[in-house]
Amino acid sequence: MKKIFSSEITPYSSYINRRKFIQSTAAFSIAFSLPSVLQASHGESPTKFDHQLDEGDKLNSFQEITTYNNFYEFGMGKSDPSEKSSKFKPKPWSINIEGLVNKPFTLNLEDLLSKVTIEDRVYRLRCVEAWSMVIPWQGFPLSKLIEIASPLDTAKFVQFETTYRPEEMPGQKKRILPWPYVEGLRMDEAMHPLALLSTGLYGHELLNQNGAPLRLVVPWKYGFKSIKSIESIRFVDRQPDATWSMLAPREYGFYSNVNNTVHHPRWTQATERRIGEFLRRPTLMYNGYEEEVAHLYKNMDLNLLY
Amino acid sequence: MISSRAINKSKPLILLLLLLPSFIWIGMFINGSLGVNPIDILMDELGEMTLRLLVLVLVISSLSQYSNLRSLQNLRRMIGLVAFYYVSLHLISYVFLDHFFNFSFILKDILKRPFITFGFMGFILLLPLVFTSTNNMVKKLTFKVWKKIHYLIYLVILLGIFHFYLLTKADKTEPLIYLGIVIILFFLRIYNKFFSRRVALR
Repeated sequence: MKKIFSSEITPYSSYINRRKFIQSTAAFSIAFSLPSVLQASHGESPTKFDHQLDEGDKLNSFQEITTYNNFYEFGMGKSDPSEKSSKFKPKPWSINIEGLVNKPFTLNLEDLLSKVTIEDRVYRLRCVEAWSMVIPWQGFPLSKLIEIASPLDTAKFVQFETTYRPEEMPGQKKRILPWPYVEGLRMDEAMHPLALLSTGLYGHELLNQNGAPLRLVVPWKYGFKSIKSIESIRFVDRQPDATWSMLAPREYGFYSNVNNTVHHPRWTQATERRIGEFLRRPTLMYNGYEEEVAHLYKNMDLNLLY
Repeated sequence: MISSRAINKSKPLILLLLLLPSFIWIGMFINGSLGVNPIDILMDELGEMTLRLLVLVLVISSLSQYSNLRSLQNLRRMIGLVAFYYVSLHLISYVFLDHFFNFSFILKDILKRPFITFGFMGFILLLPLVFTSTNNMVKKLTFKVWKKIHYLIYLVILLGIFHFYLLTKADKTEPLIYLGIVIILFFLRIYNKFFSRRVALR
């Protein structure tokens, strides 16, 4: 992992301006040679991200990242989250810290943000449905929040819970999933420096469809592990429930690490379509973060604990 | 009473209407207005349209059991062939757009992903219906044999619905609605066959 300095954070307006310029020149040069469907709508990345972008990766555009989402709280269609989330009010927001902690408490999001440093993190996101994106997130390590929460030694797992507001989240009016959405991590996974709590992307506050105001980003796991609009964080001593894995345990494991050798009955996990690209690309073990995270799972049979 | 002549006259218009969605989707695909993952959207639309058309064929068969709607059966072949057109586009987009002719991968996909297995079986079983769709073939095979072959439509639709059911992640209402319609039509058909003469629907 590369080191990130907080001074490197670019305000949203400069991303957009730079990107517009890059896109308009790029669009001009290829507009006459390719049908528009094949044009990746992202140009070169802003130079400040170059050192964070891995070889062969390009940032997905703000438009791609904010219009193609799985967030069943707003509906099952990919465009439902961007089209049906306008009623959702991510402000004010507070987070309940519960379970095996010294003292359970409720944390105001603004107070929390005053205690942490927001960093830029460019991560690949790999959906279990075999598509992927590259996203420039802003956020802070989950470990910082865990430090603030000060869990007891008996805490072995962390469970996260999305807010339940059927009046603001139309998808929750139907029992598509057992609401509220829950997810979990083992303590060592949660403490891993790559595990991020995100507050924004492209220098812009998170939009409702991306999990405003606070969401998890665990880049080496399938996207559904990265729970959105987190309202409660619970420390527990045994493996907690996780929504998809409860619903279909044979399809979605608790760990759900990106693994190109363990296939889902519906989707091959050997390849993926990067949004904006035509040809599929091979899926990387742990989504390309093998070097950083493989040690967490070294004595586990990944065919059983998928 | 709908006359055969009226049906035959309106056939070109109906055909155009049935083909229209495919032109729209392909147009949107080419000019980039099917969203950021256009291949998935295109495949879904083409697949669902196939299912709708196959169910429509069954509805028409059932309705044409009533004497005053008999002429409707003149539409069956055309709609069935349009369904075949849609499922072919669906398959082509899977082979070309989704996997870019990576046949070793596709073969594995057909064998290993149950939803692809069932979808592919449905396509294969639709082929004999297409090949025997001409008047000549009906004569050659005799109507009795031809009819037996064409009962395969039920199996094709069930495979299509199962294909759809398996690929749906949560909330399986939509595939179950298709299944419900097919079951009702099937029993209606049996009922008409054994318990009633041709009657007019009022």
